[in-house]
Amino acid sequence: MSETKSTPVTKSTTVEVRLPSRLGYEKVAMSTASAVAKLMGFREDRVEDLKTAVAEACINAMEHGNRLNEGLCVGVVLSAGPDRLEVKVIDDGRGIRKQPATPDIDRKMHGEENPRGLGMFLIQALVDEAEWVPGSEGKSSYVRLVIRLDKEQD
Amino acid sequence: MQAETKSRVEQLTSPAGHDVAVLRFEGDIASTSKDAVLGAYQSIPKQSIKIVLLDFSKVDYINSSGIALVIQLLIEASNAGQKVFAFGLSPHFTKVFTMVGITKYAGLFPSQAEALAAL
Repeated sequence: MSETKSTPVTKSTTVEVRLPSRLGYEKVAMSTASAVAKLMGFREDRVEDLKTAVAEACINAMEHGNRLNEGLCVGVVLSAGPDRLEVKVIDDGRGIRKQPATPDIDRKMHGEENPRGLGMFLIQALVDEAEWVPGSEGKSSYVRLVIRLDKEQD
Repeated sequence: MQAETKSRVEQLTSPAGHDVAVLRFEGDIASTSKDAVLGAYQSIPKQSIKIVLLDFSKVDYINSSGIALVIQLLIEASNAGQKVFAFGLSPHFTKVFTMVGITKYAGLFPSQAEALAAL
């Protein structure tokens, strides 16, 4: 895969994956996102950033959006444009009401903050844009991630 | 779907003569890894071992739940007066651990040899 020559994307190309709300299946979305990003010519370090961000978005969708109800799917829509890859991760939850505070390792180490709660922070830190959009009528909420193809990386 | 986390503990002596426990992980580190991470750590004697090395060289995937388990391990080690160091993380997870702030409480090294040499 690493020797595959990247193909310039001249118009939007869309790939969709539907996952069961079962932890572990986020790796299917990671692999798909990785394959698309490599075809677009992303550097390996950016592909790794994207994989982690997509994994965390899928885990949040499974755990918090769909409450691990395996009857509900998580949708992952990857839209490859000429200079960016957009990923929407869609669940059947109401979406988040407010952004959690930035995690503080000192507070965690002193037992003043739950050791968990790192997912949204990692997503925001690893991609160029991250937006959480609540669904209408409390359903089909999604997170939209964008990672830009750095023109200098060719 | 998630690769089961395997872990084992080895004891060795650093070049400077410190007794060191090395906790070696293999597989994914995720929410299902509690026994492999915390259970294995808790088997290390706290009175005699004051330095713990975490070996991530055979770990491909760590998610936020897995990182939270590592933080819990660091809390327990801090409470027991133990110092923790880690090695074998990929460049990506080295970056992630640094972003989260883990490097403030656990030094990261590329390899076991470099970690032991620094103790």
